[in-house]
Amino acid sequence: MPDISREQVRHLADLARIELDDAELDHLAPQLSVILESVASISEVATDDVPPTSHPLPVTNVFREDVVRPSLTPEQALSGAPAVEEQRFAVPRILGDEQ
Amino acid sequence: MSAPLIERSAAALADALASGETTSVELTQAFLRRIAAVDGAVHAFLHVDAEGALAAARASDERRAAGTPASALDGVPVAVKDVLATEGLPTTCGSRILEGWRPPYDATVVARLKAAGLPILGKTNMDEFAMGSSTEHSAYGPTHNPWDLDRIPGGSGGGSAAAVAAFEAPLAIGTDTGGSIRQPGAVTGTVGVKPTYGGVSRYGLVAMANSLDQAGPVTRTVLDAALLHEVIGGHDPLDSTSIDQPLPAVVDAARAGAEVDLAGLRVGIVAELGGEGYQPGVQQRFDEAVELLVEAGAEVVQVSCPSFVHALAAYYLVMPSEASSNLARFDAMRYGLRVLPEGVDSPSAEDVMRATRDAGFGDEVKRRIILGTYALSSGYYDAYYGSAQQVRTLISRDFAAAFERADVLVSPTSPTTAFKLGEKLDDPLAMYLNDVATIPANLAGVPGISVPAGLAAEDDLPVGFQVLAPATADDRLYRVGAALEALLEQQWGGPLLSADQLALETEEHA
Amino acid sequence: MSTPTELVDYDEALASYDPAMGLEVHVELNTATKMFCGCPAVFGAAPNTQTCPTCLGLPGSMPAVNARAVESAIRIGLALNCEIAEWCRFARKNYFYPDMPKNFQTSQYDEPIAFDGWTDVEVVTADGTETFRVEIERAHMEEDTGKSLHVGGTTGRIHGADYSLVDYNRAGIPLIEIVTRPIVGAGDKAPAVARAYVAHLRDLIVGLGVSEARMDQGNLRADVNLSLSPAGSGTLGTRTETKNVNSFRSVERAARYEVSRQAAILRAGGSITQETRHWHEDTGVTTSGREKSDAEDYRYFPEPDLVPVAPSREWVEELRATLPEPPRARRSRLQQEWGFSDLEMRDTVGAGALGLVEETVACGASPQSARKWWLSELARRANETGTDLAALPIGPVDVARIQALVDEGKINDKLARQVFDGVLAGEGTPDEVVASRGLAVVSDDGALGEAVDRAIEANPDVAAKIRDGKVAAAGALIGAVMKEMRGQADAGRVRELIVERLS
Repeated sequence: MPDISREQVRHLADLARIELDDAELDHLAPQLSVILESVASISEVATDDVPPTSHPLPVTNVFREDVVRPSLTPEQALSGAPAVEEQRFAVPRILGDEQ
Repeated sequence: MSAPLIERSAAALADALASGETTSVELTQAFLRRIAAVDGAVHAFLHVDAEGALAAARASDERRAAGTPASALDGVPVAVKDVLATEGLPTTCGSRILEGWRPPYDATVVARLKAAGLPILGKTNMDEFAMGSSTEHSAYGPTHNPWDLDRIPGGSGGGSAAAVAAFEAPLAIGTDTGGSIRQPGAVTGTVGVKPTYGGVSRYGLVAMANSLDQAGPVTRTVLDAALLHEVIGGHDPLDSTSIDQPLPAVVDAARAGAEVDLAGLRVGIVAELGGEGYQPGVQQRFDEAVELLVEAGAEVVQVSCPSFVHALAAYYLVMPSEASSNLARFDAMRYGLRVLPEGVDSPSAEDVMRATRDAGFGDEVKRRIILGTYALSSGYYDAYYGSAQQVRTLISRDFAAAFERADVLVSPTSPTTAFKLGEKLDDPLAMYLNDVATIPANLAGVPGISVPAGLAAEDDLPVGFQVLAPATADDRLYRVGAALEALLEQQWGGPLLSADQLALETEEHA
Repeated sequence: MSTPTELVDYDEALASYDPAMGLEVHVELNTATKMFCGCPAVFGAAPNTQTCPTCLGLPGSMPAVNARAVESAIRIGLALNCEIAEWCRFARKNYFYPDMPKNFQTSQYDEPIAFDGWTDVEVVTADGTETFRVEIERAHMEEDTGKSLHVGGTTGRIHGADYSLVDYNRAGIPLIEIVTRPIVGAGDKAPAVARAYVAHLRDLIVGLGVSEARMDQGNLRADVNLSLSPAGSGTLGTRTETKNVNSFRSVERAARYEVSRQAAILRAGGSITQETRHWHEDTGVTTSGREKSDAEDYRYFPEPDLVPVAPSREWVEELRATLPEPPRARRSRLQQEWGFSDLEMRDTVGAGALGLVEETVACGASPQSARKWWLSELARRANETGTDLAALPIGPVDVARIQALVDEGKINDKLARQVFDGVLAGEGTPDEVVASRGLAVVSDDGALGEAVDRAIEANPDVAAKIRDGKVAAAGALIGAVMKEMRGQADAGRVRELIVERLS
């Protein structure tokens, strides 16, 4: 397993939308390398025939009936919003495309 | 003969309420006074809701007076870890990014506490988003261990454990993703239970790692834990991973355990959870406790769970992966902190997200988000996240094999007693090792309890004894835990914890 | 935003390049509640009135799967001849976007609920009807995002806006995404196949009753992926993904445009950028959106808050039994019932009017009259406004009522066209339009009789011919009466009155 480079950390922070300055990068990159080194052996433990566990309990088909439940009031929904306008969440200009 | 109210168990307080010896208002006021007296030193609470607790206490007293208590614990106050959503009460998860957020809804656990009539004293301190083993990663300052204020109370739920240990609350709710209920229990001399995964609803529990998180009781006695477990446990349609079957009879099991007859019980000692790396005083108290169980009729078997040595690695891949995705929602758009980047004219939503997440998250959270982002990224998924999920399967198989030979498995809860504040703050790996004995249960979804086992000879600090049981057999934890508690208290001549033994005593009078 | 000013003529482009197309269609289900919470899933409510902790992505909230959405997904899969997974999971697709409350979309990744299907679509060409088999790669379940309103700037569009306002009512509404395998070998008919496929899918989904499937309302959204490769090479070129295509007609136009645009670039020695493009209905061009680069890493992993979906074979068979008859069987049945000629039937299907005619007939109109209105009058208007028939603000109930008014003699065909104008202009129901515009024909014998008498008096020659038995000459008198009544007369009744008087 490779060391994690400063550039890789920068790229990952970018994917995770965290602005890291140089000092933080210097600080985090070596720590992450040490942690990764300690978990690196994991890929050698299990053979291909071992199925992955994504849920600790073997339960399937848990569904909800298609029945309306009360929603929050708009006041409740917007109560934590940093900015509100016209009963909507006001957010800074969005880069990129229309969804 | 009767002890001061705050020093009594929740079960005893429930009796006092039922008999009319005290009222919920009187009780709640007593705990609020205690909080006022000692929490400056302990810092177990992030937010105290005196008004709300007293209002709930008055309502409880009215129910008692009318002869219609809502539950056995109606009127007994409780403290709630700040990771559970409480309608109208601040819920910060120990993070700057949620400073001032008041949820418009209650977590199911909180709703059940309210329905059962337990006044909520306030919200307890924790490592930011439950990421840590010392509560030092709280954005609002660390909690101090009531046994020695220079030491950590464990984590992430150090606030709940310290509140109960310092007699600031008779009961508390914690959450356990890799040991965050049990390890604080061990280092503060309290009882902590991580129920079977799916045994207690996670709805309203701000997720760190959804496939590992579980809420549970933090108390001073095993019976109290069982009583609280019955209030919060059971199926919830709002949590699709919640188990749709009746809760095992945990209160009955705790009462039966106190009779101390363990004949026929097979206790498995896990070779991989002990010995090297464990503090001698911790290992010694553990060995002595096992001896007591044997004297009470239990049979000891040695079991080996070879995959457990990979548990820590699997955990530190699964947990950050899930966390990196869970924490993406903290983006300054809908709630919580919004930080505008400095020197940027007309910043975009992207710019604001980046600046807010940099300012709002602490170092440990950033480390884990980046680690998880890495483990899930294309090209690395199979080697990291995929492999870790396979190791979970191996660990579950080890548990299954061990439970063929033993009814319960036992180990020290934590390899060491409480360490000094600051000691491991800059060494994440050393910090992570605290959870080495508690993590396997989370990976496999099985339940575990930590019960006080005495004080380590070298530092006179509490040691925890962990009992693990198969999934949905939580009652076994209570039977064995209550038996051990009874045997040890016989030896000690009373509970391990007493208010006058704590370092706080002078603070209170000061 | 580089748009080549010169396009290659479509037919010329097809002489040098083979197009390959893939279609991704999102169908918004008509369940009562959202995919993962109990909030209502209906349109038009005031902003942020249909949200809860789950669809707002509040900390601590959890999803719970809507059983009806799973059922609808399986039925769509079965109608597309798909395999239904015995076991599948939801997965998180991680990316940041302000109208996505959790900054991940709960979707399905490598375990879709339905996969490996096909459906036959018919394309009307000059040589008759041709059938193309479109292979379905997968159909999976996911959730919709919120909706942003862009404030400031000049266009109201996202670019240049000062800030945005987000409404999360739509967030969490169930979507089924249906993805085709690359459609190759359609040659110059590729754009027509794309259009026919989307129209066919709409009919199929309406038949299943799982969605309103109206493209103009965004219930049905199509992304058109298209690439070109040198003719006969058998390879696949670099593709573009065109979004925001919101009518059947636009599907075809967007595909044609991309063929011409890509051919121009390739011919000039350039290469195609793999990117998202946006269709502009008004100008009929596509423009570049974000480039799909390696930076876009969705970090999919199984959703840990949900358990796997494992539909039992019994359940799947139960749902299969609820499927409506397949489109082709339905067409031959309807043709027989309606007595349509092959040509009439082909035109009806080609115009995407089969379901509309069927519903109109169900409302009481005769098949021929229903066909006449939809394929002549309304098709012309849809063409003029560049929308699909189904998107016109008039429905089968209205068309049937207008025909009934004709049949009852209250209006004639000429007045009926004015009624269509009124209904399309939003003036109300056909009856309301007739009343408000004063369009009822005069069949009152008193008023008509006077007009007839005046006409006979003014045209003695014609009257004489009729008296002599030349009834065909009555047309001239009818015309005179109609002129006097400004068209608002029942022509049949006028003829009767003339013949009565002159026999």
